[in-house]
Amino acid sequence: MTASSAVAVQRVALFATCFNDTMFPEAPKATVRLLERLGISVEFPLEQTCCGQMFTNTGYADEAIPLVRSFVKTFGPYDAIVAPSGSCVGSVREQYASLATRAGDAGLSRDVDQLAPRVYELSEFLVNVLGRTDVGAYFPHRTTYHPTCHSLRMLRVGDRPQQLLSAVRGITLVDLPQAAECCGFGGTFAMKNADVSVAMGSDKVRHVRETQAEVLVAGDNSCLAHIGGLLGRQRAGVRTLHLAEVLASTEEDPA
Amino acid sequence: MPKFPSMARDGLANTQQRRNLQHATHTIRSKRATVVDEVPDWEELRVRGAAVKDQVLAHLDDYLVQLEASLTASGATVHWARDADEANRIVRDLVQAKEVDELVKVKSMATQEIELNEALEEVGISAWETDLAELIVQLGHDRPSHILVPAIHRNRSEIRDIFREEMGAVGTPAPDGLTDEPTDLAEAARRHLREKFLRAKVAVSGANFAVADTGTLVVLESEGNGRMCLTLPETLISVVGIEKVVPTWEDLDVFMQLLPRSSTGERMNPYTSMWTGTTEGDGPQEVHVVLLDNGRTSVLADEVGRQALRCIRCSACLNVCPVYERAGGHAYGSVYPGPIGAILTPQLRGTSSPLDQSLPYASSLCGACFDVCPVRIQIPELLVHLRTQVVDEHRGGRPSAEGVAMRTASWMFADHRRYEKAQRASTMSSKLLGERTTLGRLPWPASSWSGARDAPAPPRETFRQWWVRTHGSESR
Ligand code: SF4
Repeated sequence: MTASSAVAVQRVALFATCFNDTMFPEAPKATVRLLERLGISVEFPLEQTCCGQMFTNTGYADEAIPLVRSFVKTFGPYDAIVAPSGSCVGSVREQYASLATRAGDAGLSRDVDQLAPRVYELSEFLVNVLGRTDVGAYFPHRTTYHPTCHSLRMLRVGDRPQQLLSAVRGITLVDLPQAAECCGFGGTFAMKNADVSVAMGSDKVRHVRETQAEVLVAGDNSCLAHIGGLLGRQRAGVRTLHLAEVLASTEEDPA
Repeated sequence: MPKFPSMARDGLANTQQRRNLQHATHTIRSKRATVVDEVPDWEELRVRGAAVKDQVLAHLDDYLVQLEASLTASGATVHWARDADEANRIVRDLVQAKEVDELVKVKSMATQEIELNEALEEVGISAWETDLAELIVQLGHDRPSHILVPAIHRNRSEIRDIFREEMGAVGTPAPDGLTDEPTDLAEAARRHLREKFLRAKVAVSGANFAVADTGTLVVLESEGNGRMCLTLPETLISVVGIEKVVPTWEDLDVFMQLLPRSSTGERMNPYTSMWTGTTEGDGPQEVHVVLLDNGRTSVLADEVGRQALRCIRCSACLNVCPVYERAGGHAYGSVYPGPIGAILTPQLRGTSSPLDQSLPYASSLCGACFDVCPVRIQIPELLVHLRTQVVDEHRGGRPSAEGVAMRTASWMFADHRRYEKAQRASTMSSKLLGERTTLGRLPWPASSWSGARDAPAPPRETFRQWWVRTHGSESR
């Protein structure tokens, strides 16, 4: 950790995201374990709920606005907000401004402008803010990584997740063919256009199986639930794990 | 027309089409990537391309008046068309005045958009497409499924069959024993088309660009068939969308770099034809330009949506779109398929039909389209903008099941105590499931998930419950 960043991030909050909180608690738990191991004392404001992305992306902007307000209120006091989800961070950083404009609330717009740059996806926080690529993890498995669309093209996290994974001891990291192609989840797209979504996911699954990896890793549990749901239905014998779980994994406490 | 999801189902079921599409889009996609990577200032070019278009759109009225003046000064006749009917009537009258019952066409999206061929057919005029892929579509009584490669969904053997069965009925037949070798197919098309080129008195085209200060129309194509149409017939009628205007020749420079690399993956365009009005004794002696609105001014009025009019129809967004690749072009129910179609069609036509309401949802918002768009149209953002418009249009009426669900969920999420209560119901249900970690087939509406995917069973303890148990109920 560099001295300057240590000063900049005195108070770090975890945004668990509603989906992880309710359906995949292992990812935020791993995020907490990992950050605590790196010497960060992370806080979890209990007032947090949902970023509103599902509403925004389905066209329900008015329904998203109260969630923007509550997010800004909940996380306003923190220096950095970390979330184990590229897509929820994308919703805050890239979509809140236009929702605040729609609300016609200059105060909210100002709050959003001030808060949004302090919201980080996990790999961004580790690499950019903490200056770490080796987080001391141990994970002795053949693993492949799927870069989710919102991390890749909305947040532009680049190869930060791969840098972090490459530094994990014991790991065999194999390239995923056509990695940058969407898995077909897309929020309500997975329900509204279920056939196309499954067709896209099936191709992703085919590529995952080509790698002969034991474990598929990604930074978003929503995409993983979709790909994992297809892998599971095929009884493919591939585990899906969130990036945070792999990075939190140690010899004493393996994922 | 039915909604996108059900039209897409037909496309997904057509395995031959899916293979053809996958092969074609992946080939052109990697060609594009290679030639784009060669250009060191590509990002700068994109910004310039977008800026020229934005500048034009901001002063469209002035540039159109200027274009009309310079076209007229150079000997062309300008017509204005508010909508498809008006444009079709203008073209029909012009053709009928020439007392011909056929004409040749340069591939053009604008004429497809207004369904000109069909309108001409109604009055007994045959419009022959001369672009190879358009010819395949026309002979096959099919609809185009790609902006640039309308027959992209067809493979060689399908094309051979179409040529064999259909060419004879409308002109020079395919040679006996036609194979599916590309050179043989091209030769058959050449012979079939030559007869039409040599006979035609009238040609119809669109334009990729129209230069305001000189009145020059610019057409880019790959085969040279367009150039035959533009130079041989006596009368040329060009139907041009009003957003095609660019201020000066200098502005073309940036698009001449952006367009070929984005569309066909070529460094330079094979045939670029530019003509300015009429020249005595050379080329068409009568030139008519129909400037087409057909919804464009209403797109212009939408501050967010306006950027869709920057589109130069390169089709790069189609070739990278994972939804287009699988659903196929016909699923979009419009001449503009893929990501640009999903935004442009509902903007041009409005969102009153069920199909047009479903188009903005025909995307997973993966964002690949924006990355390749040479004029930086924020397609994902526009999709969300249009979804919001669709939802807003339905506010106030009888609430849909989805609307009710969304409002209830928003109310629940707005207060963490309500949210925690809902979570408790979820963990309770999990305790009833015993050791199961996934769920099988679920009732509607969750069935659209669980039809093909295992659904995860909710955990027994939420993250928040774990946090309170391990870290206490204060926030830390
Ligand atoms: S939207 Fe962009 S990428 Fe798509 S066809 Fe138009 S210019 Fe090309």
